[in-house]
Amino acid sequence: MNFYGLVDGSEASLKTYLNKLSGVDQVGANARAAMLATRSVKTTSKRWAIDTAISMVDLTTLEGADTVGKVQALCTKAVRPDPTDSSVPSVGAICVYNDMVGVARKHLDLIGGKHVPVAAVSTAFPSGRASIAVKVLDTQDAIDAGASEIDMVIDRGAFLEGRLIDVFNEIVTIRQVCGEKAHLKVIFETGELVTYDNVRKASFLAMAAGADFIKTSTGKVAPAATAPVVLVMLEAVRDFYEMTQKRIGVKPAGGIRNTKDAIKQLVLVKETAGEEWLNSKLFRIGASALLNDLLMQRIKMDNGYYASPTYVSVD
Amino acid sequence: MSFEYAPAPESRAITNIKPKYGHFIGGKFVTGSKHFPTINPATEEILSQIALAGKSEVDAAVKAARKAYNSTWSKTSGKERGKYLFRIARILQERAREFAVLETLDNGKPIRESRDTDIPLAAAHFFYHAGWADKLEYAGLGSFPKPLGVAGQIIPWNFPLLMLAWKVAPALATGNTVVLKPAESTSLTALLFAEVCQQAELPAGVVNIVTGDGSTGALIVNHPGIDKIAFTGSTEVGKIIARSVAPTKKSVTLELGGKGANIVFEDAAIDETVEGIIDGIFFNQGHVCCAGSRLLLQENVAEEVLHKLKKRMEKIRVGDPLDKNTDVGAINSKEQLAKIVELAKVGDDEGGQRWSPACDLPKKGYWFAPTIFTGVTSAHRIAREEIFGPVLSVLTFRTPQEAIEKANNTPFGLSAGVWGEKGSRTLWAAQHLRAGVIWTNSFNKFDPTSPFGGYKESGWGREGGRHGLAAYLKGVAGE
Repeated sequence: MNFYGLVDGSEASLKTYLNKLSGVDQVGANARAAMLATRSVKTTSKRWAIDTAISMVDLTTLEGADTVGKVQALCTKAVRPDPTDSSVPSVGAICVYNDMVGVARKHLDLIGGKHVPVAAVSTAFPSGRASIAVKVLDTQDAIDAGASEIDMVIDRGAFLEGRLIDVFNEIVTIRQVCGEKAHLKVIFETGELVTYDNVRKASFLAMAAGADFIKTSTGKVAPAATAPVVLVMLEAVRDFYEMTQKRIGVKPAGGIRNTKDAIKQLVLVKETAGEEWLNSKLFRIGASALLNDLLMQRIKMDNGYYASPTYVSVD
Repeated sequence: MSFEYAPAPESRAITNIKPKYGHFIGGKFVTGSKHFPTINPATEEILSQIALAGKSEVDAAVKAARKAYNSTWSKTSGKERGKYLFRIARILQERAREFAVLETLDNGKPIRESRDTDIPLAAAHFFYHAGWADKLEYAGLGSFPKPLGVAGQIIPWNFPLLMLAWKVAPALATGNTVVLKPAESTSLTALLFAEVCQQAELPAGVVNIVTGDGSTGALIVNHPGIDKIAFTGSTEVGKIIARSVAPTKKSVTLELGGKGANIVFEDAAIDETVEGIIDGIFFNQGHVCCAGSRLLLQENVAEEVLHKLKKRMEKIRVGDPLDKNTDVGAINSKEQLAKIVELAKVGDDEGGQRWSPACDLPKKGYWFAPTIFTGVTSAHRIAREEIFGPVLSVLTFRTPQEAIEKANNTPFGLSAGVWGEKGSRTLWAAQHLRAGVIWTNSFNKFDPTSPFGGYKESGWGREGGRHGLAAYLKGVAGE
């Protein structure tokens, strides 16, 4: 692997590459994100944003209590989020634990949802505390069951200890397991990395190691996808594109619960990475409750009044 | 399809602009004799007719202020004065949207700025000074600090209500009465503030507002019944005022021009620095006396910073100031636009490389695209003269010493910015920069608790903070 010519796989070259990064000023990044949150998105642009956001949702269930029935219900919703309105697009993907991948794939295929990919969380999600052998098997298992997207977690302990080369090698290994069969999303758990400098460093590390997407959080740790964190990651993919001509996707996950928050995310994308990122190939939103709020707002825009929540389906 | 923001204009229905205004003297609105139009610079629409105060009106205003000082205000306790200031601050907050829309209509600045910066800060200045009113003996200015009397205050058009607040709040807190003249192109929010004074039941004559042009300002400056002049505006006019009051006993504070240096060291956080450069020069269309109008880039990062700056400038939204998504609004007047155009032409003629992002400027009104000039040296006029518009001159340097030398190589000394992650060098730079306000890893941030003012030809005295109180009190060392 040539890692875009940015590193040669050695620890020294990884250090040199990451040390060239400029720092992130926390106050400044917060201020920029807060300013972009004041953008007013109305009428036609709001309508466009809602449909685009629906198509970007990675509809997720990651619970110990998940059952076949629950996952099948979610799949049905993913294909046709609003059963009364066929103009509503399907969501970006279904995101489940490994053992539900087969269930989800089979049900999606059965109900005309071949176009909806199944994403599996992998590498000892959410903590990442397992040996690399287990992580490889974990990933292979998901791919064998039909997952075409792998959401792996990084080893935050190694990252915070400064063993960046271990984090790098792990991503490279999982990338190889994914091969051509699966898209790789790398989860940082930014709530545990804490600083924006770390988020920036993790972003460039993961991109060079072969990530197709960089993702904020597991959804199990707060804070998750805060606006400044997403801003820093969008700046990273923008700069990485200038360095390599390769566009890496971004997936905020956790804490985005309503339409307003989702639209703020799209504003961040538009004014940071640019319009090229405004599609489900390069931007996803990991969420569960968000979808119903998007549907409610969509109905409101069509009818001019808020419908009762009973007009949208429960998961 | 792409993600274009649909128009999101703030409604102007909340404002109630009268066809014609007079002056506010002795707690009452009085009719003016001569009038001139005030326009919306974004559309050239005539908003109203503003009265031009002559000698008789200025005399009446000074008389009313003196009467209020002698009979009421100088006898009102600090605690009572504070109550009035708190009341004014709260009314400003309650009527914030009305003030914001009116400010944007009359000035041309984006509603986002008037809504999020100007009006909240104006209220904050009244709140802050309300707190001082009964604690002046603890301000470190002597045990019994005394007010000066009647203050004549002349303010500019770039932050009309905010500059009014900077002047009126400390004057009232310290027990002075005022005669205030807003700038001729932006009188409307000052006249609305007069209504607030009535609403707050401020004793008659404590605040008097006369409108007019430079001739009215000269009448105030030269009026024998005035004890103190506070002026914010150009260095040119500041010098005239300094000469006029030199043979008199009047106290003076002057907030004048600037040519702020924004210094970027090699280890600066680039993305946030780019935001700071944008805030420094394009905030309020560059109509900011403390604007970071000279960008000093360390040579080894100059290319990267400029590349990112240009990319970022392409995202600046120039247009209808009332639209909530507008970043840069209209130039305040035809005269100011002509001055910016002329100085930019000088930049071209001197061999600077001009660059602006592609932007559709409205056909009517006064507009100037955000502009940078690269290849500028300290010997260029655009690196020396204040443009007071959205025009940035970019210079480079090699060592920290050279940065300081270039930054200080100006007759001005109002503001400077230092960008870098190395704290020791930032503190060293701040010690060596001859400027009144120095920001680090930020720019154009204001707070009533922080004193503001200039070195050299950027002014005399400080406004805001504990230091600002000294400008309105007597018997104080260093006054």
